[in-house]
Amino acid sequence: MKLVIGIVRPEKANDVLEALYRAEVRGVSLSRVQGHGGELERVETYRGTTVKMGLSEKVRFEVAVSDAFASTAVEALAAGARTGEVGDGKVFVVPLEQAVRIRTGESDEAAVTPVVK
Amino acid sequence: MGALTGIAPLAQIDTGDTAWMLASTALVLMMTIALGVFYSGLVRAKNSLNTFMMCISALAIGGITWALLGYSLAFDGDGAIVGGLGHFALNGVGLEPRAGETIPHLVFFAFQGTFCILTVALVSGAVVERMRFGAWMVFAALWSVLVYAVLAHWAFGGGWLAAQGTLDFAGGVPVEMGSGFAALAAALVVGARKDYGRQALLPHNTVYVLLGAGLLWFGWFGFNGGSGLGANEASVLAFVNTILTPACALFTWFVLDLIRGRKVTAVGAATSIIVGCVLITPAGGFISPGWAMVLGVLGTFPCYAVFVLRPRTRVDETLDVLAAHGIAGFTGILFLGLVAQIGWNGVADGMLYGDAGQFWSQAVAAATAPAYAFIATFILLKVIGALMPLRASEHDEAVGMDVVYHGEEAYPSGEGAILVTPESDGEILVANPE
Repeated sequence: MKLVIGIVRPEKANDVLEALYRAEVRGVSLSRVQGHGGELERVETYRGTTVKMGLSEKVRFEVAVSDAFASTAVEALAAGARTGEVGDGKVFVVPLEQAVRIRTGESDEAAVTPVVK
Repeated sequence: MGALTGIAPLAQIDTGDTAWMLASTALVLMMTIALGVFYSGLVRAKNSLNTFMMCISALAIGGITWALLGYSLAFDGDGAIVGGLGHFALNGVGLEPRAGETIPHLVFFAFQGTFCILTVALVSGAVVERMRFGAWMVFAALWSVLVYAVLAHWAFGGGWLAAQGTLDFAGGVPVEMGSGFAALAAALVVGARKDYGRQALLPHNTVYVLLGAGLLWFGWFGFNGGSGLGANEASVLAFVNTILTPACALFTWFVLDLIRGRKVTAVGAATSIIVGCVLITPAGGFISPGWAMVLGVLGTFPCYAVFVLRPRTRVDETLDVLAAHGIAGFTGILFLGLVAQIGWNGVADGMLYGDAGQFWSQAVAAATAPAYAFIATFILLKVIGALMPLRASEHDEAVGMDVVYHGEEAYPSGEGAILVTPESDGEILVANPE
């Protein structure tokens, strides 16, 4: 199993969700984070106070998938989030030791397989 | 008394009238700020400052164009289409009242100026979240003169609509139909937001929406209540009707919301307050309180329908200025032609009280004012669009107008912000203590 983490632009979050849905990757969490990559810092001025905003708003996706699904999820994340400009974000894939579905107690592969109604 | 004849012209001034008109002017000016609160609540957080600033910019631009040119074109002389240039740059606008009025000319000028400012701000609702701020300000300046001042002349300044008998108490023609149908044209020329119809674009702060609408209602007591140009019978009637019509619109909206979605919505309530205030704007000092209540109920239906149907179209008239102002103003202008009563207004009866001609006078305004506002705005924006880009790039639209045009955010966290001091000359010197 893998945990696929995607850090993307907030305005691309909907496109990523759509791409994941089309790739049939179902379970997903997302959170708002702030990050700093290679983007130009934006300068903001509030009356006499000028600041460089070093951190940009990002959205962090986390998708736990079986090994077979990892590349699909990565491709969907990257495709949905890409604009071609600096600041599009990153995708990280890390090994996942264990997963438990709390409701049923199922673990591992069964836990990350979507429930089919 | 003979000793006073030397100051006879000033003796026409009524202190009570003047006091109320000064207060009314301030109330209407506040409506532009209230509109900014209302509008900024309705847009996404990343565009909320820019949306507010579009209204704020109307205070600067409308205030100046009105003083220089707009007021003169609207209120100098009784030419059919536009007034003259006799009051250019406030020439001849002093403390002496205008003919037949009891307030200093300057107060009349200022009161009318706040209407111009508010109307310019209203139009911004059609193009928020994607129009360039610079292009907006150019448009606002030209629109305030070429569209608002012209319509104000038609309805208030002795232009051809007033001459053929159209009654418009507080601005159904220039303010409401003017802004509503201009907004439709502006939305068509500027085009939809890039995410329109693809993503849910939701109000970011519905409490602002209610607060803004509530303050608009409060300000509307000056807007309608001052349009009798004094502390007089017409103002009192309009003032009271400004309680009754929105109350009925609010209740009617509750019922329609309940029928349609089984829940009474807050954004709907805020909207209906504005719809109610607009409905009574043209009719305020002309119809009885009873008919004002009927107007609040019946007039809500066409507006509600446009609010529900417009988002199903490709037209991203973003904050529904057409539905709230254009359609409600149109409805109010016609309704007053039906139920005006000379017993209440001392001016004219409507169709139901024996004067069908009044209804047709109203219908002429309801047909021509929207047409002029739409066509003139459409052409004006096409011309401006040929000279400069009207809208932000896709990248800027994605980032949000606040950062792009103002270098500020409505809700800055300050996390990771680095203070730039004069000594640092742009270099990082002090990390933000937060």
